Amino acid sequence: MKSYIYLDNAATTKTAQEVVDAMLPYFTEYYGNPSSIYSLGAKSKEAVTDAREVIARSLGAQTNEIYFTAGGSEADNWALKAAAEAYREKGRHIITSCIEHHAVLHTCDYLEKNGFAVTRVGVDENGIVKLDELEKAIREDTILISIMFANNEIGTIQPIREIGEIASRRGILFHTDAVQAYGQLPIDVDAYHIDMLSASGHKLNGPKGVGFLYIRKGVRIRSFVHGGQQERARRAGTENVTGIVGMGAAAGRAMRIMAEKAQRETALRDYLIGRIESEVPYCRLNGHREKRLPNNVNFSFRFVEGESLLIMLDGKGICASSGSACTSGSLDPSHVLLAIGLPHETAHGSLRLTLGGETTKEELDAVVEAVKEIVEKLRAMSPLYEDFVKTGSRG
Amino acid sequence: MYSEKVMDHFQNPRNVGEIADASGVGTVGNAKCGDIMRIYLDIDDNQVIRDVKFKTFGCGAAVATSSMATELVKGRTVEEAMQITNQAVMEALDGLPPVKVHCSLLAEEAIHAALWDYAQKNNITIAGLEKPKSDIHEGVEEEEDEY
Repeated sequence: MKSYIYLDNAATTKTAQEVVDAMLPYFTEYYGNPSSIYSLGAKSKEAVTDAREVIARSLGAQTNEIYFTAGGSEADNWALKAAAEAYREKGRHIITSCIEHHAVLHTCDYLEKNGFAVTRVGVDENGIVKLDELEKAIREDTILISIMFANNEIGTIQPIREIGEIASRRGILFHTDAVQAYGQLPIDVDAYHIDMLSASGHKLNGPKGVGFLYIRKGVRIRSFVHGGQQERARRAGTENVTGIVGMGAAAGRAMRIMAEKAQRETALRDYLIGRIESEVPYCRLNGHREKRLPNNVNFSFRFVEGESLLIMLDGKGICASSGSACTSGSLDPSHVLLAIGLPHETAHGSLRLTLGGETTKEELDAVVEAVKEIVEKLRAMSPLYEDFVKTGSRG
Repeated sequence: MYSEKVMDHFQNPRNVGEIADASGVGTVGNAKCGDIMRIYLDIDDNQVIRDVKFKTFGCGAAVATSSMATELVKGRTVEEAMQITNQAVMEALDGLPPVKVHCSLLAEEAIHAALWDYAQKNNITIAGLEKPKSDIHEGVEEEEDEY
């Protein structure tokens, strides 16, 4: 029995043993440079090619459309900056949503300072991008739409096919940050009209520090790193062979187990949601009830603050995360929770529990008991709760 | 991230609760920022703080500084309590991470707010004490109503 309960699989996941096993020979046995001419190098090159094929197949893409990166944030940065640069003569307007990951939002801020206009489309109370608002935001000079596949905090799955159709109809590039969705949900880049897609290895039981950007053939994208012929000369530098092998192994594994894993986790997820809703008063489920990642549970508990909750959970060996300001290093709570309309004090009291392949029902039962006890304890020392009880309803 | 003392005061906070008919009550902070502290003081006729209780909505550092601040003022005179600064609270906790320093300010403000309430109720003046900022309620309108 392990000494902790890990429910932060949206932050990162345990590397699967079969992934580690696939990677290990490439550290000490097949350590050649893929660009070298001799067979030791060729062995590495072959491994990179194999990984690229597995990933291309998982998306219905071509192998020469997959570009390995150092992770999801790099892929997001590359997609946005390079597309903006390549298409700046066509137009300087970009559309995104207000609940994107900071890798997209901050890149948009950067582009805004460099002569581009950005529209951040709003979401409804469940965190679903407002399609009418998105369509209305399209201008003559819109060159790119970037909307995440599924949200990392509240797990809401976006209407990606509809957004892809809108973008395709209007002749606008469509990028999706699929860091949370890839490996959990089936994705077909053609069916969804996706032109660019970012993904990361460590969210799907692969290693950290590796990811990829899918770039549809024909999309004009500048090199991200100059200096060599690697990744079709678009991202120079000797390949992270072990990481790429791990990324490929993790992708292959995720595709193989996806249906079963999703079914299992969805059942556990709904069990956890049900227990918390019925046993912890004054809570609110954040995100859409059905259009939701199989592993995501996100609640706000009124009158309590998230960091306190996390430290107390940690004291009981439970790893979780929160959208409170204190966990983000700023004074404002999560932009996602504010965007779905939560008041500040409720956003401060959020708790994200993200399940994984090893999560058990017994663990969830233990978490519910811990949450009940801790929330009660924190409320007993909360002046907001005291006011709420004294005034009856407001708070 | 936190010192052992901070963790101790967070996990076993001293003086949590309310005081019925308190001599002074002070609430500071703002739910919007994620921190609200309320301090209750029971002060005897010789201006000695006989008892003190607190309630806090906030992070680990906010709870720990509230707890430590109550420990520092308990049994002291009003005059002595006025000398307790955020620096003293922080030092007693073996320091706080830089992003949490504002929590220690809140503890000092909460004590001052409770002392202000006590002074108002008893129609006395405490040297060096200023009217606390009342920003617990969100919204500019409500704040302006105060003035």
